[in-house]
Amino acid sequence: MAGRTTHKKREWTFYVLAAFFVLFVIFLYGPMFSIYVLSFQGPNAGLTFPMQGFSLHWFAALFGQARTGDIGGAFGRSIPLAIIVLSLTVVISVSAGLAFRRRFFGATPLFYVAVASLIVPGLVLSIGIGQGFTVLGLRTAWWSSALGAHLSWTLPFGLLIMFAVLARFNPALEEAARDQGATNVQVLRYVVIPILFPGIIAVALFGFTLSYDEFPRSWVTAGTKNTLPLEIWTMVTNITSPALYALATVTTAISFIIIAVSLGAIAMIQRRRSGQPKRKTAGG
Amino acid sequence: MQSSTPARRGRTYFQVAPLTIALFVFVVIPLIMILTVSFFTFDFVIGAQPSFIFDNFVEVLTDSNTLSLYGATLKFAAIVWALTLFIGFWIAYFLAFHIRNLLIAIGLFLLCTVPFWTSNVIRMISWIPLLGKEGLINQALMGIGIVNEPVEWLLFSEFAVILCYVNLFTLFMIVPIFNSMARIDRSLVEAARDAGAGRLRIMTEVIVPLSKSGIALGSVFVVALTMGDFFVVKIMGGGRSANVVSAMFDDIGILNYPHAGAQAVVLLIVVTLIVTAIMRVVDVRKELAQAR
Repeated sequence: MAGRTTHKKREWTFYVLAAFFVLFVIFLYGPMFSIYVLSFQGPNAGLTFPMQGFSLHWFAALFGQARTGDIGGAFGRSIPLAIIVLSLTVVISVSAGLAFRRRFFGATPLFYVAVASLIVPGLVLSIGIGQGFTVLGLRTAWWSSALGAHLSWTLPFGLLIMFAVLARFNPALEEAARDQGATNVQVLRYVVIPILFPGIIAVALFGFTLSYDEFPRSWVTAGTKNTLPLEIWTMVTNITSPALYALATVTTAISFIIIAVSLGAIAMIQRRRSGQPKRKTAGG
Repeated sequence: MQSSTPARRGRTYFQVAPLTIALFVFVVIPLIMILTVSFFTFDFVIGAQPSFIFDNFVEVLTDSNTLSLYGATLKFAAIVWALTLFIGFWIAYFLAFHIRNLLIAIGLFLLCTVPFWTSNVIRMISWIPLLGKEGLINQALMGIGIVNEPVEWLLFSEFAVILCYVNLFTLFMIVPIFNSMARIDRSLVEAARDAGAGRLRIMTEVIVPLSKSGIALGSVFVVALTMGDFFVVKIMGGGRSANVVSAMFDDIGILNYPHAGAQAVVLLIVVTLIVTAIMRVVDVRKELAQAR
């Protein structure tokens, strides 16, 4: 396609598909944004439109009173848990991704187990991990059994992302560094990690968000103290006030911040790498 | 200067050890646990007790309820698969073939994937203020005068369940199909056009065959996710519909892990068969295409 600057007239199919795309995006985001809007209602509000007043009442209710459960505590567990899952997912996936470039004994079964972990229903794994802990006489808790359950979900994604990233990584760079006398640690620190950094951010994004929002795999494994998705679930089944929407808004706001920071960082690195501060792509 | 082969091999095993341990402890052993527990006895007073009986499997396989649970599960999977495939294919096609600027294509692609990084439970409950009896859609329908009474089947119905699944899972179709389409050599399309192929023939003979691995991968994801769900059925089904995993969810509510375990083992066998079948269809066709 290089060098093609002719601007062909759009076909009619473009307009049909563009309209379809717009409808799909509305379908994808419309409902989400409607509950964010509804969470800013006044104290006498219901669960549907039209908006009844405008206030921060339901956000205050969320953290102020005990009747909506332990929201603060749930955030206090889910965010550290997501950070631990993120760190472990990055270290384990990057390391395994590097190993998978060579053949080794057990590579195929290991890959299949990773894929199986994506396909097995989350609740099934949750029951299995919970029962395993019971048999061993261990207590399930968010920082042990739920941590493992979340890893079973984030690691396969991390591994698949590393496969995609490493497919474009030239091993000659590593060899060159080693020929210059770099140690293994130096090769990793000064060659491999800097080159793979955008991919590593992507793995981190998956690690954090998938753990932070994981409900089925936390159901049996989280122990006596709820993580955030479990707290949301309790509210879904018990509470019929906009406090639920307020919790959804706060939760998703955190997700959106994490997503924006990660994607922004990746975009910045890629732009810096491409040499010029702004590079125009042909066409448009 | 090159590191010796045993040292390099040692490094490989060292690098892959953490993943192996994590997956062994948190995937393989739990699956073995499920199988083990499915042979245990269960008593409402004393709970699950170690044993080796087949009663749980007999119960699952002979219960007439099981058939209807699988009927519902497979029906949801089939409908959701068809809808997500249709929507996902055209969205991916639009992004891959109609957007000429790469940066815009990536931006729009990310727009489709951002919801994946947010909570499914929250995205599900987002539909409640829209679909309810006094929800936005009923208000609109009655405002325009299409209906006089609010439409009741919008929320807490099979319709709501399917709508939610499509909303949650379509991106699992878009991503792999877009990935396949992005790798299609554009000159193939040009060549087909130059050779006189119309829009339809380019689609059926160039684009669809070359997107097949993405379609298969997306199908595996959507079918597995739909069959593995319980919370959409629980909430959006309003207690009127159930599927296999929601029945398991009820089992563990009364701590009947042996029954849930047997149910899980049967489900895993069914899901594995379906996934293998999907992957096989693609591989066979690929071979046929290469043989031609």
